[in-house]
Amino acid sequence: MLNLALQLGQTKTPEAILFWILAPMSVLAALGMLVVKKAVHSALLLAWIMISLAFFYIAQDALFLGIVQIVVYTGAVMMLFLFILMLVGVDASDSLVETIKGQRATSITAAIGFGGLLLSLIGRATVGHSAFGLAESNVKGNVQSLAESLFTKYVWAFEVVSALLITAALGSMVLAHSQKLKSRTLQRDLSAARFRGKSLSTAAGLPSSGVYARHNAVDVPALLPDGTPAPTSISATLKARGDMLDQKIFELEVKEVEED
Amino acid sequence: MDIANYLYLSAALFTIGAVGVVVRRNAIVVFMCVELMLNAANLAFVTFSRLNGNLDGQVASFFTMVVAACEVVVGLAIIVTIFRSRRSASVDDASLLKR
Repeated sequence: MLNLALQLGQTKTPEAILFWILAPMSVLAALGMLVVKKAVHSALLLAWIMISLAFFYIAQDALFLGIVQIVVYTGAVMMLFLFILMLVGVDASDSLVETIKGQRATSITAAIGFGGLLLSLIGRATVGHSAFGLAESNVKGNVQSLAESLFTKYVWAFEVVSALLITAALGSMVLAHSQKLKSRTLQRDLSAARFRGKSLSTAAGLPSSGVYARHNAVDVPALLPDGTPAPTSISATLKARGDMLDQKIFELEVKEVEED
Repeated sequence: MDIANYLYLSAALFTIGAVGVVVRRNAIVVFMCVELMLNAANLAFVTFSRLNGNLDGQVASFFTMVVAACEVVVGLAIIVTIFRSRRSASVDDASLLKR
């Protein structure tokens, strides 16, 4: 009898292999989330953990939840996270310097205590029976059984949750909407500003980029009459990105032309 | 393998997520750690569902997923709004009440 109970409480070998491969890796990935510097790396590690969890759900007879986990979490939620990272700046790396003194040590100590508490509670808890398994509940199929209980027993919670979803969608739209504080500068305003500025040197607009025999692109500077490159002829964005071509090659060519 | 191993894993992930929420500075990473905690709780739900042989745990887990999706949407909108006005996603910079 005891042996039978133990056998029922134990999962089968393939599941054990799956667990012992994926569980340490997901714990390592979770620890990695704490120490990696870039938010994108954290997001990738979290996606890995979520996929592992989906495998665990499917291994535990929760087929529907496993699929939903992949579609909702790794599909939608992580995509949202990556979108926001793109918006905020992918290279917005976190400084790992402690700002509150002793906070890290305190929190890690507290976490070890909390984790130990949880582990010991789980270890000592007895449910009074071995695992029943879901074979009986899933007789009609996991999705059908879940739908049955969702639309009968939990129908009120289901309705409330749908209201919550709509509220969240509207709320995020309201939050993300930004009002324009000042009117857009039109081409006419820009033109007026050019003539009313301090000097008239740029009144006719900034010089266009260099046009040479072998190069005709926005990333090469134009040359001034004395042969020096004109820095204003290149877009400030390209300059900031470091996407400018070196103009020295073109200076030499200009000298040759002069010698001729 | 004991089925309680899933519960141990869930506890470990939950604890690591809690540490992340406290330790990390970037609001987005803090948010991801909250997601990790929610996922760990979901794993416990699914495991208990199997342990008790009924689907109530899976339904609870389903609802958690929906609430987590709502939370992500609103939370990220808040982060975007804060970033737009302060040019920073660090939780240390949002200390307006202190001054």
